[in-house]
Amino acid sequence: MAHTAAAAYDKLIFELSSPGRVAWSLADADVPEADARKLLPEKHLRKDAPALPEVSEFDVVRHYSRLSRMNYGVDTHFYPLGSCTMKYNPRINEDMARLPGFARLHPLAAETLAQGALELMHALAWDLAEIAGMDAVSLQPAAGAQGEFTGVLMIRAYHLSRGEKRTKVLIPDSAHGTNPASTAIAGYEVVEVKSLPNGEVDVNALARTLDTDVAAFMITVPNTLGMFEPRIVEITELCHAKGVQVYMDGANLNAILGITRPGDLGFDVCHFNLHKTFTTPHGGGGPGAGPVGVKAHLEPFLPVPVVTKDGDAYALDWKRPKSIGKLQAFWGNFGMLVRAYTYIRTMGPDGLRAVSDNAILNANYIMKRLEKDYDVAVPGPCMHECVVSARRQKKLGVTATDIAKRLLDLGFYAPSTYFPLIVEEALMIEPTETEAKETLDQFCDAMIQIARETEANAAVIHDAPLTTPVRRLDQTKAAREPDLRWSRRP
Amino acid sequence: MANVPKDLKYTREHEWAKQEGDRVRVGITAYAQEQLGDVVFVELPKVGAKVTASKNFGVVESVKAVSDLFAPVSGEVVEINGELSQKPETVNQDTYGRGWMIVVKPSNGGEWDQLLTPQQYEEFLAQAAH
Repeated sequence: MAHTAAAAYDKLIFELSSPGRVAWSLADADVPEADARKLLPEKHLRKDAPALPEVSEFDVVRHYSRLSRMNYGVDTHFYPLGSCTMKYNPRINEDMARLPGFARLHPLAAETLAQGALELMHALAWDLAEIAGMDAVSLQPAAGAQGEFTGVLMIRAYHLSRGEKRTKVLIPDSAHGTNPASTAIAGYEVVEVKSLPNGEVDVNALARTLDTDVAAFMITVPNTLGMFEPRIVEITELCHAKGVQVYMDGANLNAILGITRPGDLGFDVCHFNLHKTFTTPHGGGGPGAGPVGVKAHLEPFLPVPVVTKDGDAYALDWKRPKSIGKLQAFWGNFGMLVRAYTYIRTMGPDGLRAVSDNAILNANYIMKRLEKDYDVAVPGPCMHECVVSARRQKKLGVTATDIAKRLLDLGFYAPSTYFPLIVEEALMIEPTETEAKETLDQFCDAMIQIARETEANAAVIHDAPLTTPVRRLDQTKAAREPDLRWSRRP
Repeated sequence: MANVPKDLKYTREHEWAKQEGDRVRVGITAYAQEQLGDVVFVELPKVGAKVTASKNFGVVESVKAVSDLFAPVSGEVVEINGELSQKPETVNQDTYGRGWMIVVKPSNGGEWDQLLTPQQYEEFLAQAAH
């Protein structure tokens, strides 16, 4: 079932423009017209009209409909992009988010008129806190990386409130790239901690690096090789003994729902990717949402406002003197909060536990089926994703990129490639719990077919993809000579 | 096995260092550029900046990954390879030659002896392969 491409359609809407064509006719103004040139200072007036596309409504509809036919997403194809949890997004979430009381509520409506929305936020924060074993949750961050940034700022505020100026944050070399990025932006020096060959934290190396200048240790559990960190409790205790806060990157939370909780493992902070674990749309269908949970000692530093409950009344509390402040417009990506809450309530505790059980089962099924044809990065069992290396294939001239491209021809989105960085020619496969065994089998068949082609007919792999709207893109040229801005051609 | 010239010293982070009088020229090894793939961007410190042995002094970005560059020795940057901002591919084409990155005036002569010899670096690479 290959992806049959619509003929490539590569127009920009600007290129459809025809002078004077409009999509909408505005009614005559029912107030006196004013001349902007008389109201605004000269320096703010533009000389030329903006280069906006001039198109009809029909042009717009046809343009975007054609583009949408080239979409390649989880609604059309298996999408085993490791670390991204590309699972099915239940349509009931969309129903709930479109309820007029949520969808048409003005973000600046008075609290008395927004009680339902505030109640939902309050309840979701409590549910997330319970799931993660945390004491309080802020729903404000708009994505995982902003959740990390928020968490690190709270850790910083906590240390400063105790009169401690710590300057470093420790991060394993297997981490998501966002970890060092958010940490650096929060003003810390990032110190990389080497992992053991099997991807686990080198506890002895960590112990040697921990000192009173370290503010936090940031780690993903399960780790980016899809393995649970066996000594995690020892690690969090080791950190706490040195006054070091421990941050859990919650990107892989889909593996541990109802099985264990970051708070119980000793973490002080963790974030939740609602667009991964909690089925809100991902990527172009976003936006994301990255709530962050904390233990009680960090609660005073949460971003403002915090939703509070007094009897049956909900309110926004802005009077929090130790707060790190506000970091997102309005109240976070509220529509995503409605979807995530819907998901949690429809699944219930047993349902969420089954999510992780099945996510783990699916990943192990794939790992087992591929282990003869690819080198498994770390011998299993794994958690919700598995990492295989194409180092065997590379010796025959076929790289992880080549395999990824060939998969597109065979009807699958590609796994994450070249991540984690500590695995050579990495292919990181996360099937999620929402895929049926038939789909997993078709994917494994395709992977095994590619391994056979590598030995017998590598040309077909090097030529891939053949069936997509565009062929193999020149990544190097795109990065070295990016052409990012449309300009009007004569 | 990647090319490891005999007249250089090496770091475990895959930088090479070359003694030139009282200066040390620094770049990344053939192994590093092979692992990175096509280099698309190189960020270097300014002339006059201080660098510290085993601390990062810049960034190299390829189509696969962004990696820190680590200084083999401490000292002051006295020269940088300005060509790399326009032609980062030089790192792939001539990593031990025109693909050099910075020249350092070392502040601690003892650090030179801590660097890996060509033979030690080859052994290190052989270990990493398994």
